Amino acid sequence: MIDALLAFVLVAPRVPRPPSLVPLQDTTHGKVVYAKWCAGCHGDGGAGDGPAAAHMLSRPRNFTGAVYKIRTTASGQLPTDADLIRAIDDGLPGSAMPAWKGRLSDAERRDVAAYIKTFSSFFADTSQHVAALKFSSEPSGGTGATALKTGRQFYDSIGCRKCHGDQGRGDGPSAPTLKDDAGFPIFAADLHQSWRFRGGGSTGDIYHRLRTGLDGTPMPSFSDLIDQKFLTDEQLWRLAQYVRSLSPPEPPEVQDVIHAPQIAGPVPASPDDSVWGRVGRYWFPLVGQVIRKSRWFAPAVSGVWVQALHDGHTLALRVSWDDRTQSPDSAWLGFEQRVLETVASDDSASPPPKAEPWPDQLAVQFPRHIPEGMERPYFLMGSETDPVYQWRWTSSPRKSVAGLARGIERFDTLPGVVAGQARFDHGEWRLVFTRALATPDTANEVPLEAGRAIPVAFFAWDGSSGEHGSRVAVSTWYFLALDRPTPPGVFISPVLAMLVTLGLGLVVIRRAQRRGTARVER
Amino acid sequence: MRKLGAVVGVAVLGVALAGWMRPTVPGAQGGGTISGKVKFTGAKPAMPKIDMSEEPKCKAKYTAAPPTEETVVVNANGTLANVFVYVKSGLPASYKAPAPAGPVTLDQDGCRYHPHVFGILVGQPLAIKNSDGILHNIKAKGTKNRPFNISQPAVMTSDRTFSAPEVMVPLECNVHGWMHAWLGVLPHPFFGVSGSDGSFTIKGLPPGTYTIEAWHEKYGTQTATVTVAGSETKTADFSFAAK
Repeated sequence: MIDALLAFVLVAPRVPRPPSLVPLQDTTHGKVVYAKWCAGCHGDGGAGDGPAAAHMLSRPRNFTGAVYKIRTTASGQLPTDADLIRAIDDGLPGSAMPAWKGRLSDAERRDVAAYIKTFSSFFADTSQHVAALKFSSEPSGGTGATALKTGRQFYDSIGCRKCHGDQGRGDGPSAPTLKDDAGFPIFAADLHQSWRFRGGGSTGDIYHRLRTGLDGTPMPSFSDLIDQKFLTDEQLWRLAQYVRSLSPPEPPEVQDVIHAPQIAGPVPASPDDSVWGRVGRYWFPLVGQVIRKSRWFAPAVSGVWVQALHDGHTLALRVSWDDRTQSPDSAWLGFEQRVLETVASDDSASPPPKAEPWPDQLAVQFPRHIPEGMERPYFLMGSETDPVYQWRWTSSPRKSVAGLARGIERFDTLPGVVAGQARFDHGEWRLVFTRALATPDTANEVPLEAGRAIPVAFFAWDGSSGEHGSRVAVSTWYFLALDRPTPPGVFISPVLAMLVTLGLGLVVIRRAQRRGTARVER
Repeated sequence: MRKLGAVVGVAVLGVALAGWMRPTVPGAQGGGTISGKVKFTGAKPAMPKIDMSEEPKCKAKYTAAPPTEETVVVNANGTLANVFVYVKSGLPASYKAPAPAGPVTLDQDGCRYHPHVFGILVGQPLAIKNSDGILHNIKAKGTKNRPFNISQPAVMTSDRTFSAPEVMVPLECNVHGWMHAWLGVLPHPFFGVSGSDGSFTIKGLPPGTYTIEAWHEKYGTQTATVTVAGSETKTADFSFAAK
């Protein structure tokens, strides 16, 4: 039965409808598909103004202008049909646009692409020149030091840092002024998260975007530079390779358990201690808080990297995350105001909140006790009757406190101590919390026992994006496991066993040999 | 003799045809002129200063006074500069624009656009020049013309053309959020921009009655109806009030 269901799930969406029944590029059928799956965000008239759009940043594509970010054509040209199909098939990572391949049939995707084209008269204008650019193939040696050095030189010389920042986290001096063509605030991409690049995260994708630009956004096309020989095609590839090198080779996989190894010395309290370079790090994605009012659909922090270790007495937990601003930052107040005005609150009766110089914040959450079963407090900061224990850090004033949260609105500090050391570095916060494994307040402060699965969750606020209170990025529950030191027996026993086996074997062989010899002598 | 007669006949027919096909093509010479002044009434708004400290190369070009935004430029004689005045309607349907003489140049100098408001013919090349030698991107945000966005991180010139009439196409640089320019794309050469004395001139108009529109980026549009005959000069003054 289960097998049958599984087979159905795996096979069903892939069964193409007979082409004879559904002509490709059928705009009538495309309209039906559009109304069902697309209009909620993109609007009935394709203006990017569906009911869900008002909560989004970046906004859904407005099809009436026929301006598309992800193309293979020169800046200013219409996209090819293949470009449109690709955006539908793969979605736009890092945005609300999902991949539709596997959810809609081949015919449905092609029909809806044909229908989308009817929203703009540009597609019917035969004088429009549409041709995919001729892209060269990637030169080899892209991960080598020389290639990356060349790429970095061009990153600096052609001004990428103006918007994307010195280290590529979207924190350049022009970043707080950026708007898209509709006037909505737009972030310069964080180049350390290639898995969120709208047009794909491969080196080839990056090179294509450099050639075509992302029309409708501040990101320009660099093709004129090659045409006018200011840089070579290979140098542009080197730049793409450098940009690619800023992100991990593979998109981070989410694991459920943070392993905290035990070390001999005292745990490092500094986020830049060299010990952290030898400890595994875990990625936890964050999403907007959309359960309690006011909901928040545009979280600025997309996830946190977490590392942990202990020395038998103290736990050190290192959290690092990308944040363009060291909030509060007066240079970003205008941007914050535009974000708050753009992202409609769910309380439509009240005007958008006013931009305030909020700090950046991070919270690590535990239950008060390690649960015996799978029962845990409510992940969204507990409840009145079942509070959660949290460590909270703020950038201004720079401090860390421990306390109990009873829902999003209520947080009461505890006298217990948690230490926090943080460093802001070119668009990245690195923060280390340290706390004794055992504390006197056993009623409220979770004991950090080795060998147990301790539930843990994370919350992050970017003050300069207007995040405060319930406007927060949240995770679900994960686990922290403090590894026990490996007892010496684990290493010695197998060696002893091997020696004993070897010895016994030798004895057996010797005896056999002796007998054999005796027989011959006889 | 017969041959000659045929040749002459064809030539005459050709001239007549040419004359019939292009009945009232204006040249630079001849035709009517519309000129006028754009007045400004009310309190002159203070333009915010532009902080160019991120771009020392640009900042160094302003030794006399710090640069300010150019949304509203009121001249010393109380007139308004940067008003785009053009023939909105009234040209005969058969009117064909002359081939444009050469490119129109837009210069990025001192992290500002020169000119700030200007016009161009459909199909005429726009030479986008970067005299600063630092990164500018130039984004054209037309809706009747395809929008584009190109990067110019060095002293260089890029050519682009516009295929459809559009008043106006906004141009902007996203690296320097204060940089804005406005481009009027027209199928005819009958436009002008009010200058540092507030005056504009539109020359070479064929006889007719025209709707003239004056466009300002902040104060919107005004229209006037003007009839010109022969090579006479008519006056059309506009007046915008502070808001």
